[in-house]
Amino acid sequence: MDAINAGDTAWVLASAGLVLLMTPGLALFYGGMVRAKSVLNMMMMSFIALGTVTVAWVLWGYGESFGNSLGGLGLVGNPLGHIGLQDLLSADAVMGPAGHQIPTLAFAAFQGTFAIIAVALVSGAIADRARFSTWTVFTVIWATVVYFPVAHWVFDVATPTHLGGWIANQLKAIDFAGGTVLEINCGAAGLALALVLGKRLGFRKDPMRPHNLTLVMLGAGLLWFGWFGFNAGSALAATGSTAVIWMNTLVAGAVGMLTWLAVERVRDGHATSLGAASGLVAGLVAITPSCSAVTPVGAIAIGGLAGAACAYAVAWKFRYGYDDSLDVVGVHLVGGLVGTIGIGLFASKVAPAGVDGLFYGGGVDQLWRQIVAAVAVLVFSFVATGAIGLGLHRAMGFRVDRDDEMRGVDLSEHLETAYDLVPRGGRLGVGSAAQHLPDARHHDGHEPTPALAAIPTGDLR
Amino acid sequence: MKLITAIIKPHQLETVKEALEAFGVHGMTVSEASGYGRQRGHSEVYRGAEYQIDFVPKVRMEILAEDDDAGPITDVILGAARTGRIGDGKIWIIPVEAVVRVRTGEHGPGAL
Repeated sequence: MDAINAGDTAWVLASAGLVLLMTPGLALFYGGMVRAKSVLNMMMMSFIALGTVTVAWVLWGYGESFGNSLGGLGLVGNPLGHIGLQDLLSADAVMGPAGHQIPTLAFAAFQGTFAIIAVALVSGAIADRARFSTWTVFTVIWATVVYFPVAHWVFDVATPTHLGGWIANQLKAIDFAGGTVLEINCGAAGLALALVLGKRLGFRKDPMRPHNLTLVMLGAGLLWFGWFGFNAGSALAATGSTAVIWMNTLVAGAVGMLTWLAVERVRDGHATSLGAASGLVAGLVAITPSCSAVTPVGAIAIGGLAGAACAYAVAWKFRYGYDDSLDVVGVHLVGGLVGTIGIGLFASKVAPAGVDGLFYGGGVDQLWRQIVAAVAVLVFSFVATGAIGLGLHRAMGFRVDRDDEMRGVDLSEHLETAYDLVPRGGRLGVGSAAQHLPDARHHDGHEPTPALAAIPTGDLR
Repeated sequence: MKLITAIIKPHQLETVKEALEAFGVHGMTVSEASGYGRQRGHSEVYRGAEYQIDFVPKVRMEILAEDDDAGPITDVILGAARTGRIGDGKIWIIPVEAVVRVRTGEHGPGAL
């Protein structure tokens, strides 16, 4: 048995917790951006992924992503390879280079949290109008058909005894923490679903203002916090390289926020809170694949480019008429492309990945690999997600009916209302709680006070 | 009896309330309202998308008064609510058929 490194293991487990927190953070980020009548549904679309994807991951997902590649093609791992993670319970199940070994189960836990947030990210494209039951089924099918295989392509590094994915091992594109697997993948999937479901009632006509920007900013803050686990945790060790990655994650978020705000100030006249929250996320999206390949100065370039590019890209949906409600395309697809392709330009040999990009004298060798990886994931995700979406739409219906959409999906899908700011009357006495009431018909339980009963009630003039 | 309804700017509420108390008005009902008059609304920008917001936040204040008090009360509101800028609001007065105090059942002016 190999000895595991306690420091590395502790960091990976802590990072897994950080990444898990990103999904509730995303729920707040998205939830604040929709109207008050659909905030609960928006948050539930993220929370349900915490349930469904976790179970799928344990049963077959980890095998699909990190099991031996079926047929050695590098397209999908063996889903039966690690059923129930049973084989990872052994003390012999360790991974990593000598001196930095961690339990493989810690890696499986860490990667499971990535799968959860990937699925949750897609939901932003279909706010306010999706049937929750269909979405729930979608989370499992999409993870199984799209996310788990793509994670295998990019994240599953081959060893002498293990067959990995084609992008990581044959193409050798760099995607450190998921610019293709998460960001481009989710952005393309979001676009496909937005097209399958169609536009919200009143899109480009009614104001659909974010109902609570304080939630959005809290969510953005939690996402940034969690992103240190996402990127620096992907090092799977607590080393000097991890510190570079951590610093790049700080820098790109900061500069992404600044450039987005600068674009707004010049174009719209004001720097907005929604712009700050969106810009920092755009910078973080772009540094996700590139955090190991650039220096902190490179992170300024990549984060800055992403913030500015995404600030413009969010207007496309109005120009071209697709209702990607919360800008999964404008922020995640575009930011993911900036970061993934940006590696081919801004990569520097002194960074942990050790490759020079075009601007650092490395020629186009890395650049074309990055472009192929980005395009492959984008096209596969768009086509496969479109097919899944159309299939589910035909089989179950993916969109609520018109009346439900107008009243709000919180009520139609969950029988709840987020905010009770004005009491609206009503009483307890229906549903499963009724049997525990002393008398469901007389809810206040006492007769009128006799003294007041004598007050005359006729002739009020 | 009369019902005086005043639509005023939200940040003038405290000033108007104090002026009315000083005048001797014991009670009022206040609610949040939104609307527009000649000033129309304003625009807001979210991720580059500009929205025209037609309905501006206002406060609606309702006061029940005896017939003779309605004019002076209106003057007090007018004096306290006016800033001289567009969007200061409106006041209107309508006759009231009946008023009842719920706790005692009193009706008419005694219920005010």
